[in-house]
Amino acid sequence: MANVEVRASKQMPRRRRPVLQIYKDIPQMTFTILSLSSFATIIVLWYALCLLEIVDPIFLPTPHRVLQELVYQLSTGAYWHHIGISVFRVSSGFLLACIVAIPIGIFAGTFKIGEAFIEPPMEFIRYMPAVAFIPLIMVWAGIGESAKILLIFIGTFFQLVLMVSAITRQVSVDLLQAAFTLGATRWQAIETVLIPAIKPNLMNTLRMTLGWAWTYLVVAELVAVNSGLGYAIMKAQRYLNTDQIFVGIIVIGLLGLMSDRIFAYCNRRFFPWV
Amino acid sequence: MTNHVAVERSPKAAANNPLITIAGLNKVYSSKKSSFEALRDIRLEIERNEFLSILGPSGCGKSTLLRIVAGLEDATGGEIIVDGIHVVGPGADRGMVFQGYTLFPWLTVRQNIEYGLKLKGISMLERRAISSHYLRLIKLESFANVFPKQLSGGMKQRVAIARALANRPKVLLMDEPFGALDAQTKIDMQEMLLEVWEKEKTTVIFITHDIDEAVYLSQRIVVMGSHPGRIIADHRVQMDYPRSAEVRENADFLSLKRKCSALLKH
Repeated sequence: MANVEVRASKQMPRRRRPVLQIYKDIPQMTFTILSLSSFATIIVLWYALCLLEIVDPIFLPTPHRVLQELVYQLSTGAYWHHIGISVFRVSSGFLLACIVAIPIGIFAGTFKIGEAFIEPPMEFIRYMPAVAFIPLIMVWAGIGESAKILLIFIGTFFQLVLMVSAITRQVSVDLLQAAFTLGATRWQAIETVLIPAIKPNLMNTLRMTLGWAWTYLVVAELVAVNSGLGYAIMKAQRYLNTDQIFVGIIVIGLLGLMSDRIFAYCNRRFFPWV
Repeated sequence: MTNHVAVERSPKAAANNPLITIAGLNKVYSSKKSSFEALRDIRLEIERNEFLSILGPSGCGKSTLLRIVAGLEDATGGEIIVDGIHVVGPGADRGMVFQGYTLFPWLTVRQNIEYGLKLKGISMLERRAISSHYLRLIKLESFANVFPKQLSGGMKQRVAIARALANRPKVLLMDEPFGALDAQTKIDMQEMLLEVWEKEKTTVIFITHDIDEAVYLSQRIVVMGSHPGRIIADHRVQMDYPRSAEVRENADFLSLKRKCSALLKH
């Protein structure tokens, strides 16, 4: 037997499987290494750009300079104040949008009447850039906290309604019908089938929308403010402190990553059945 | 609400009548351009505790008929009376097992079985007792706290049967429930279903296009033809229960199979 195998492997030209296989899983270890090395590549390229002086250090500080600055900024109370106020603005605008948009979205996704009445104007408004509302928002809400929160609200609300209604419509009709044949009334079906069924998708939608909320926050903080991460970035630009601009961007990225991980954790924790 | 009325009125109102009367039922799907007659003048009476199969080729409207009985679709004409009450919309008195898997994925096996009971407001202790009974019946006690995604197709359908039965419906409507299962699982499921039916003594309407399945399970087989969907034959199956696997080699069994097969060929 062994002989045969040896001969077979010697004589037969073996076709090797290609490395890139569509959808094929790779070992967890390989995955992690690849992810880390992609970060490493970015940093190496960055260093290369700086050390070879391809880009003026005023425009592109070195990674360790940015890291130093990051550590320094995080050791000051003022920076934490910026972070705090930004997180407050994002979460209030986003929460407000969720509170209003989720019920409306579920209503529009569940009943055709809701879809007909709610969706067409939403489709229209969502193509209007939220940023274009800034002058109007300043007229309506001034330049205080409510203006920032309102911009984040406008930026996420319309998308959220449409996305929630879309995921509500995806719920399998069979599940609803099963509930009806088990004696559920219309409202019971909504409460015990529709809502539990959309929860995991809803979490993913919120996770995505929260990312947009951060974008609108920075936009909101570029205009007429004196606090927040967006403001910190703007101020750094004024004095050409590019390292501080990088710090601001990285901190926002880290905050986004944190909230994303929290959502991911909640999904696993609360929806083990998916 | 209607369920309560039905429960209180049933003994007097319909003691000697058939449990289910389907009278002159029609179903036409019509759009602007065309209309399609799915069911024509269906008349059927079903006795209490009867195991009735509706056998027909695909597209003959047998599933539509069942869905109308369930109240999930409306008929164009005619009426359905279940235990003295006109069917308007779905209700817990007509439990249903679908061909696709319809367990609620966010509920465990036990919670799925208790779903209907919970809607009725039955206490936790009582629910537990009932679900335990049905878990034993379908032999899945050890899977009580597992989510449906961890079950095989056959297990899912067993839970779906238990979930429907736990509600104590007057009739169990089954829409090709074993259609998606492999051959051996299908046979196991058929045996289990008969066992459950004999213990629970419920009325069953079973939709299938599988002649062997219809003959093995049923006391009575209604054969439907297509275009338009209509009843073309109504046979009694003269074989005693419990039916063992050997029944399938029985001469009566085979002759009835041939008869049905000839009917389906038209």
